[in-house]
Formats: sequence, structure tokens, C-alpha cells
Amino acid sequence: MLASLTRLQRYYLYYTCGFLSFIGALAVLEQHGMPPRWIGYAFLCFTISMYALIGIVCRTSDVSEYYVAGRRVPAFFNGMATGADWMSAASFIGLAGTLYLSGFQGLAYVIGWTGGFVLVALLLAPYLRRFGQYTIPDFLGARYGGNAIRLVAVAAAILASFVYVVAQIYGVGVITSRFVSLQFEIGVFVGLAGILVCSFLGGMRAVTWTQVAQYLILIVAYITPVAILSYNVTGNPVPQLVYGQVLQQVTQLENRLFQSPVEVEVRELYRERADLYAQKIMQLPQSLNFEREQLSAQINKLKASDAQMKDIVALERQHRDLPHDPDQARARWENAMFSAVDRSKTPIHHAEAFPGETVEEQDIMRVNFLALIFCLTIGTAALPHVLTRYYTTPTVRQARESVFWSLLFILLLYITAPAYAVFAKYEVLSHLAEIPITKLPGWVAAWAKIGLVSIEDINADGILQLAELSLNPDVIVLATPEIAGMPYVVSGLVAAGGLAAALSTADGLLLTITSSLSHDVYYRIFRPDASTQFRLVISKSMLLVVAILAATVAAQKPGTILSMVSWAFSIAGSAFFPALVLGIFWERATRAGALAGMVVGILLSIYYIIRVEFDSIPILGISGFGMEPWFHIQSTSGGLFGVIAGFMTIIVVSLLTKPDPRAASFLNTIRFRNGDAP
Amino acid sequence: MISNADLHWRKTRRLTFTLIFLWIFITFGLTWFARSINEVVILGFPLGFYMAAQGALVLYLIIIWWYNRQMKKLDAEFGIEDD
Repeated sequence: MLASLTRLQRYYLYYTCGFLSFIGALAVLEQHGMPPRWIGYAFLCFTISMYALIGIVCRTSDVSEYYVAGRRVPAFFNGMATGADWMSAASFIGLAGTLYLSGFQGLAYVIGWTGGFVLVALLLAPYLRRFGQYTIPDFLGARYGGNAIRLVAVAAAILASFVYVVAQIYGVGVITSRFVSLQFEIGVFVGLAGILVCSFLGGMRAVTWTQVAQYLILIVAYITPVAILSYNVTGNPVPQLVYGQVLQQVTQLENRLFQSPVEVEVRELYRERADLYAQKIMQLPQSLNFEREQLSAQINKLKASDAQMKDIVALERQHRDLPHDPDQARARWENAMFSAVDRSKTPIHHAEAFPGETVEEQDIMRVNFLALIFCLTIGTAALPHVLTRYYTTPTVRQARESVFWSLLFILLLYITAPAYAVFAKYEVLSHLAEIPITKLPGWVAAWAKIGLVSIEDINADGILQLAELSLNPDVIVLATPEIAGMPYVVSGLVAAGGLAAALSTADGLLLTITSSLSHDVYYRIFRPDASTQFRLVISKSMLLVVAILAATVAAQKPGTILSMVSWAFSIAGSAFFPALVLGIFWERATRAGALAGMVVGILLSIYYIIRVEFDSIPILGISGFGMEPWFHIQSTSGGLFGVIAGFMTIIVVSLLTKPDPRAASFLNTIRFRNGDAP
Repeated sequence: MISNADLHWRKTRRLTFTLIFLWIFITFGLTWFARSINEVVILGFPLGFYMAAQGALVLYLIIIWWYNRQMKKLDAEFGIEDD
């Protein structure tokens, strides 16, 4: 059987076996008392040195190898590489948590991030491959002609990719600091090293083969814990098949718990607290002064009596921690108010679609759900780092097939994520709710220590009610091994998987940014006569600069970066999708039309996101420009308007301008290569 | 007279748009009614939840597989060799 495999398949089979026996060896060592920290180090060293090894073996100084892996990547492996390229730290760590918190509403991500590949397969991949150059701006430049469109495309590609790459490096920092207890900033630069070893020497070629290796690690790491958990709960190790029954149990538990009198009482207490904060915010700044005076008075009273020193210190700390000025107080109290409001609401049933008290509320949920799916699918079909991957197959047919493999490999993770969420919810509802707080399992305290789980006994009955527990979405995947009582080696495996997901996506994005700068801007626009040697030198130095820039930004821990990632989809979708699809399917689309459509699409998306999301930008000193969303669409789906406007602008402007005589012959080459060209 | 290239393109386009409409129906049409079809229970899942979590994904895979199969036939019929 071994002999029937190709050389590559054999290599990756050996590699997978090697990785599995490495896990086995660590599991045995853990039984013999190897400390958890060492297990973390072992995973970190093993995986990064594997990636480095592949990177060094695949080093290259050939332009085609560097940008498109020599177009020698078979469909099957390109599918795996695309899977790793596509699934980021957000998919690996965040998705299951989002599904846990928002139930059915979170499934928009599952549909959106997989459905987009149908658009890639049918509308884009075969044509891009037959065109056969290096980047997406290349394609737009060749179809419409001119440097202006190339520059707009480069700007959009960088805008969408840079935020995304910063988020990946940030993810690496979080994982390394949590599992190997490195300092966050050091973790970021370890991640940077992990990225550079692959992409710097070997470009796309090394990145491709590393991504295949990373895919194997991340999928094993994602499925193992939930399979064990599934076996523990249902006796069947295939979670995707059996979580329907668990979901029914969850619904029963929800029906009982949500309406129990003590839960209702706790929610009422949170509602009162929210009202209290609302009052205090209304009465600023007097309320802040009043609070300060009250605390001082209390401290003085305690000092006058012979109270314990401990109590006085505690009060003094409270006094010190009070907000310094009304603005800070407003921000802090608003946060507290919103979190109290959240907890005071009746929780939603996990499987309920478009939950809402009234029909209007349900319709708003439904419209937002569909709008989010729209943006995510279009964004998926327009993110340059994924589309570039379809340049790397040997033939058009293999490009088509590799989209099939991509979706299959991606599906394995996305079909598992909802199961993760349901099993985690089952554990929480059946083993945490109504349990005395002193008897909670150990993992709750461990994760509470780093702030990912928080518990507050607001009604002081010593028992945990659901509304008193709040979980950070990241904790679902990271803590599942502990929830199911698995040995630490499984936690280490999960960390290695998250690391692989973040590194592989960062590699792909970084290459997209550098090839946009070095190939599209430097070579195509400024120095078309540059030697291939020099082009690679430029490429590699750009890579270094962009990577260090991204790591420096990530090391600042920008809080908003994670929410900005979803905007990348809107921006990429509205910039590229209309221009690419109309460029391929509509001969009449002209340069002026495409240029106008791309600019209008990007600007409208950004305009909508900024005006709905923010009310002021302190750095620019402007404020008060917030607006009501159109049709209740949230800012994460701002691309909906951008994409529609992009399509309409291209069509209208193209019809107003003169047809491009070269379009027909270009389209003939990408639609039908060896034919009777006119 | 229609050239080979035009005929090939016409057939490709018909296949592409048929499958895209199917895709739109699955992605947006079925999902629109998720609340109503949740009443039906399949393998323990409410149907609306099942479609969004697994059913649609598998259908996407089948769409791509079917497209590849038909395109392979079409290319062979017109003698398009891969480069």
C-alpha cells in the first residue's frame, strides 16, 4: 500500500506518524512526572523546529518558486495548505467560544467561511489559474490595463492583510504566554521567528510545505479533545454525529434552569445594579464626588474606632481605585452597566434561530444573520492570500480540484466547532450550575486567575447561578482538555495547534503583503527592468520590514485589533469581488468602471464601519459623527453596502464609458486557452 | 456560426449560474426560514440548526464536486488540454 503513494504523500505520512509518536512519548513522560511547563516547551521547540527544517530545505532564489511555489503543488496538498492558510487563530480558538456564547447566531461564521469557497471554485479559481501570473493586482492590471487599478488593488490588499497579520502575531503572543509562561512581548518575537524561518528563505514554496505540516498538527489538535469529551459524555468518539442528542439534553437543562426562581432573582439583582449605574452616570460629576466623600468618611470613621488595619487598607484601596475624573468614571461605569444589563437578560436557547422578544427583533436578527453570511462569503472569495494559493497548482483542472480539497479540509474544523460549543455548554449546565461555589472544579479557579472566567456571588447564597458566571470565548477551546479531565499533554497539543493556525495564516498574509509591494509596486510600476536577482532581494527585505512592523504593533497589545479583523472581510470583499467577477464574466466592464467601483466600494465600507462603530476619534480631534445603522445592519457587515455599491458603480460607469477593445482577447485566453481565438 | 470557444463558454456559464442559484438558495433561502424549519428534528438536531452547522456545508462540497466533474467532461469534449 505504501508503494502506491507518491513521494510527497509518504513524507507527510512519516511526518504525521512522527508527530503522533512524539505526543505518545510526552504522554508517557508526563506519567513519570514531567512538569507541565516542560511539556509546553517540548511542543513549542518540536513544532517550530519542524517548520524551520521545512523552510530551510525549501529555500529558493527562483522568482516563480518564491511567488507561486513553481506551480508544482498537487491539488490535494494545495487544499491542505489553503486550509491552514485560511484557518486563523480566530477560527481555532475563537469560533467555538463564539458559538458557545451566541448559539445559532454564531453559525453565520460557519456558513460564511465555508460557503465562500463555492464562489472561489465557480467564479474565480479556474480563471485565475489559467491567467497564471503572480498576484491579484496582476490579474486586475492585465484585465483592465493601467497602473492606477494596480495601485488601488495593492492598497486594498495591504489594508485588509496587515490588520489580519497583526491579529495572528497577537494570537501567537497570547498562546505562548499562557502555555509556556513566556512574557507576552517575548512570545510575540518567538512567533515572529517562527514566521520568518518559513517565509524568508523559501517564499511561497517553503510556506506551502510548512502549511501542509501545520494543517496536520492543527486538525489533530482541534479534534482530539472534543473527541475524548464526546466519548466521556456519550460513549461515542465522533462528536459531530452525536452532539444532536447532547443538544436536546442542553435544551432540557436550559428550560429548567432559565426559569428557576433563584435564576430569576439573580437576573433581577443585575437589573437593579444596571439601574444604579445608569443613575450614577446621569448624575455625574456630583455622583463621583459623593462617592469619594462617602468613602473618606467611612475610612475616617474606621480609623477613629479601633477597626482592623486590614479593613482600612481595603477601603483605602477602593478610594484610590475610584475614577480620577468624570470622563473616566463615565467610561468605567458604562462598561459595568452594560455587563450588568447583559447578565440581567433571559439567556437565549442554544438552538433557537433569530431569538427576540418581538417579531421585529427577530427580523432584525435574521437580517443581520444573512448580512453577516453575505459579507463573510464574499470576503472569503476576495481575500488575496487565499486566492493567490490557486496560482500554485500545475493545471487549471488541479486548481478546480484543489478548491474541493480546501473546502473538505476546512470543513473538518468548522463541522467540529459547533460540537465543541454544545459539549462545553452541556458541561457548564450540568456540572457548574447550581453547584456550591466552594465545590467548583479546579479548572474554574485556574482560568479565573488569568481573568478568562469570572464568578460573582451576587445573591450571596454560596451557590453558582448561571447569570453569575461569565466566560471569555477563548476559554472554550483552551480549557476543554481540563474540563474533560485530560492530562496536560492534551493542553500542550491544543496550544501547538493554535500556534500552527496563527503561524500558517500569518505566513500567507505576510507573503501577500510583500509580493504586493515588491512585485506589483516596485517591479511592475517603478522598475520593470529590474533583474530577477534584485527583485528577490527587494522581496526579502520587504518581508523583514513588514514582519517586524507587524510584530511591533502586536507587542503594543492593541485591544481593538481583534474586532478589526472582521472588517478585513468587508474591505477585501468590496474592493476585489465585484471587480474580479465582473472582469471575468462581463466583457463590457471597463477600466474606468472597475476603478470607480473599487474606490466606491472600499470607501463606503470604511465610511459605514467608522460611523456606526465610533462616535469620535480622539487622535484627529473629531467627534459626534456616529450614526444610526442603515436597516439595523451592524458594522461588522458593513461590506454588504460596499459590495452592492461596488457592483452598481462598475456597471453604470462601464456602460457610460467606451468598451475596451482588448477585453475580448484577454477573456478568451482565460476562458478557453487553446481555441479558435478571434 | 458559433465558434467552439463561444459554445464552450456558453455551456460553462450555464453550469456556473445554475449552481450559483442553487448555492444562493441553500445559503440565503433556507436560512431565511431557519426559525420555521427548526420545528423539524433530524438526528436529534432541530433542522434549521442542523442545516447551518452541517447540512449546508456538505451541500457546498457536493456543488463543487459536481462542477469539477461537469467541467472535466466539458473540457474533454472541446479538447482543451491543460497546460
